[in-house]
Amino acid sequence: MNAITPTPGGQVGRSIPRLEATSKVTGRVEYVHNLRLPGMLSVKLVRSTVAHGRIKSIDVEEALKVPGVHRIVTSEDVLKVIPVPYYGPAFHDQPILAIGKVHFVGEPVAAVLASDPHVAEQAARLVVVDYEELPAVFDEVEALKSKTVVHEQLKPAGTFPDLKHLHGVRDTNLALDFQLVHGDPAKAFAEADHVFEHTFRTQQVLHVPLEPYVSVAETDGNTMTIHTASQSPSFVRLEIARLLGWVENRVRVRVPFLGGGFGGKLYIKLEALVAALSLITMRPVKLALTMEEQFYTLTKHASTFRIKSAVSKDGRVTGRECEVWWNGGAYADIGPRITQKSGFTAPGPYDIENVKIDSYALYTNLPPAGALRGFGIPQLVWAYESHTDLIARELKIDPVAFRRKNLLRDGREQATGTVVRDMGADACLERAAELMNWDAPFDRGSGTIKRGRAIAVGFKASISPTTSVAVVNVAADGSCTLFCGTVDMGQGSDTAMAQLVAEVLNIPAETVRVVHSDTDVTPYDMATLGSRSTFHMGHAVRLAAEDARAKLAALATEVGVAPGSNVPIRELFVRKYKMQAGTIVGTGSYIPDYTSPHQGTGQSANVTPFWMVGATGIELEVDTETGHVKITKMINVADVGRAINPKIVESQLSGAAIMQLGFTTTEKMEFEGGQCTNASFADYKIPGFADLPPTMTNVVVDANQHNGPFGAKGVGESGTFGVSPAYANAIEDAVGVRITTLPITPEKVYRAMCAARNEPLED
Amino acid sequence: MSTANKTIHFTLNGRPVTAEVAPHHTLVELLQNQFNLNGARESCAQGLCGCCTVLVDGKSVSGCLYLASFADGTAVDTIEGVADGVALDPVQEAFIEAGAFQCGFCTSGFILMTKQLLDAHPAPDDDQIRHYLAGNLCRCATYPEIIRAVKLAATKRKTVTA
Ligand code: FES
Ligand code: FES
Repeated sequence: MNAITPTPGGQVGRSIPRLEATSKVTGRVEYVHNLRLPGMLSVKLVRSTVAHGRIKSIDVEEALKVPGVHRIVTSEDVLKVIPVPYYGPAFHDQPILAIGKVHFVGEPVAAVLASDPHVAEQAARLVVVDYEELPAVFDEVEALKSKTVVHEQLKPAGTFPDLKHLHGVRDTNLALDFQLVHGDPAKAFAEADHVFEHTFRTQQVLHVPLEPYVSVAETDGNTMTIHTASQSPSFVRLEIARLLGWVENRVRVRVPFLGGGFGGKLYIKLEALVAALSLITMRPVKLALTMEEQFYTLTKHASTFRIKSAVSKDGRVTGRECEVWWNGGAYADIGPRITQKSGFTAPGPYDIENVKIDSYALYTNLPPAGALRGFGIPQLVWAYESHTDLIARELKIDPVAFRRKNLLRDGREQATGTVVRDMGADACLERAAELMNWDAPFDRGSGTIKRGRAIAVGFKASISPTTSVAVVNVAADGSCTLFCGTVDMGQGSDTAMAQLVAEVLNIPAETVRVVHSDTDVTPYDMATLGSRSTFHMGHAVRLAAEDARAKLAALATEVGVAPGSNVPIRELFVRKYKMQAGTIVGTGSYIPDYTSPHQGTGQSANVTPFWMVGATGIELEVDTETGHVKITKMINVADVGRAINPKIVESQLSGAAIMQLGFTTTEKMEFEGGQCTNASFADYKIPGFADLPPTMTNVVVDANQHNGPFGAKGVGESGTFGVSPAYANAIEDAVGVRITTLPITPEKVYRAMCAARNEPLED
Repeated sequence: MSTANKTIHFTLNGRPVTAEVAPHHTLVELLQNQFNLNGARESCAQGLCGCCTVLVDGKSVSGCLYLASFADGTAVDTIEGVADGVALDPVQEAFIEAGAFQCGFCTSGFILMTKQLLDAHPAPDDDQIRHYLAGNLCRCATYPEIIRAVKLAATKRKTVTA
């Protein structure tokens, strides 16, 4: 390693294997699941069986008789150690254990502790809870008007200025109403040659990482350590400290690798409960959910989106009205952020002068909804790209030509008023069209097999303004360690961040050691979410490495080494400290510029530091006798800026697209009276080998994000954006029927075909 | 909770071992709690995902459903026994080179199944791979990369045995 000359490292852009690859193929990688502490108690939860009700009594007598039960805890015990036990990132609405009332089927009501998890499970079944049932509301559109309210009073957390006015508001299910007005939409509609209006819906689905939620807490009464499968260790520390009334440094949050996250393992999930239980029992406590219990923990927002467009004779969209209802379930989680941050992209990546958006976050009596790979974006793209194809079809304009005509290009204002830069919607659309051979003749199939194709493009803003901090250490032998709070849940962040350090310090990325989240040693990071890490943490890491490099140069000068010399680093330390001793510490901290959208109009001159774009093209066959759909070709294109590790980037695009294919075709949580009735992989079908398209191409367009670290930006979600609408659009292209609700099952397609020829099937 | 514990003897990754098990203990619990082997992991707990895959007498089983007491007298092999010390098996190398995992939670199962697949079909085509591995799930959806890894492993094995 050359100490002083910053030569181009060539580390950014290398497809090196993940740093932790060997530990993953040998089964030795660390997950929270591996952790067993001496004296540890296991927890089994007693969960609500009603969707909305008052708790009349909790009878634990029989359960306590099970030999080996250590203790059964209810909210009464929790209140003794945490007087105000409500948590949440946007609203302090979620209790650690239900207090007086339950708000969804599956809500934790009591916790049974035992050394043997089987004992806890057996005893939990014997706890009898008596409820007085209350009327419940499940549908998001109904929830806006319903007399049934989920929470008597709103409790915004105070962290977000646009939620403050909701403090203490009563008798509503509306947790946030985000509004945006750009131009003069009423005039645009009055003057339009054509007006189109459609409504699209998405269903409840969920993350189901193969590693279910798991947390372990241990305390000595003065400090608390939480080992948790979390995407947001810094938030966990802040929130647990707040709940306990402690200062931050008394809480330590450790996160090893995650067995998948996808937005589920954000904010507080089990952490507050295990913290309370460890304080109550003064023993280490582990809570590992089963696969079934994940279905009662967090879902993706079901949504209803009414979209209306004013279009001129020549196919220009001149006005758009968007009304989106987000089904947030019983607790707000991050829903109100989704309503705003994704809400303002509801008109799509199009250059539309007159826009009106109403985006509503709603409480219902279903399991809470949060972020899931796209932070609300896939729900919106599903609607606006289906709508876009319908308009093109109606106006007999080629759907790609129609998009081309209306696309939002660099230098133009997005609906918020922010002028876009480095967005790449046009590059992605053109590349997708090229990979689909869009201009070549297309085989439409024959007989009972009809073929269709389509392209859809979606975009997303980054979650801003958020902070990341990093530290780079250089040891006396020249070896480097990065301390970084980004959580590696499979996206390869450890590796990408090591490549950034290596690029700056001109060393092989493989030699950088990454210490990930342990809040005792890794500095603050807002969270690993919304594809923000490459950009925000990437900058912090770059700055920390540059700081270390500058300090090394200063050390060289101090010990009399000329700039540009080849003296090895260890030699610099030896000259100064007379032996192998000392450490160089580089720090970096980053928060981008941002202007918060104006309340009421949603306008902002700088709403995001960067935009992400993803396009998907699908060719498929529909069997007209059965409604079965077979994808024959799928291409996914994204603008990720410059790819730090092209192979990992490709894997992210591919994985995101396949996951979204599950949400498009098979995945749906079924509910009966608020009870999820398919909480198992036996009945909830996630994509497997059989669902894989025969050919899939995943590419990034040539791009450089002008303000990104080495030109890079986020990638984890972009592959999801276009999948659902491309699928629905291609089906219409093949057989002329339009599906407006997800998932698109063969039955739905078959029924639609029957209805189209005036032979509707009975329900 | 029955407490009729039983002492069992079996071979674990080639070494004879003894364990005390309760009738309801699964093989995954036994491996984790008594042998600190965490590579076989419980996820769905219903025999539907393959994260808990373990070989019993050379055949793959779902360790989440397979009762520990049934392991008495068998040879049990886990992911931890696949590498020879620090020298990786060709299948493991292929998974790394093909980037055939993201979070890695499913990886132990896929690697053990791939070994079994290659024993049965030394040069599998796409269809054979998809069918053989259809019982294993990957929520990160690294399926295309896994297909590439299996093919790469097949070539590596050929060069090793040639
Ligand atoms: S955990 Fe055993 S098959 Fe899923
Ligand atoms: S790599 Fe994450 S589940 Fe397969």
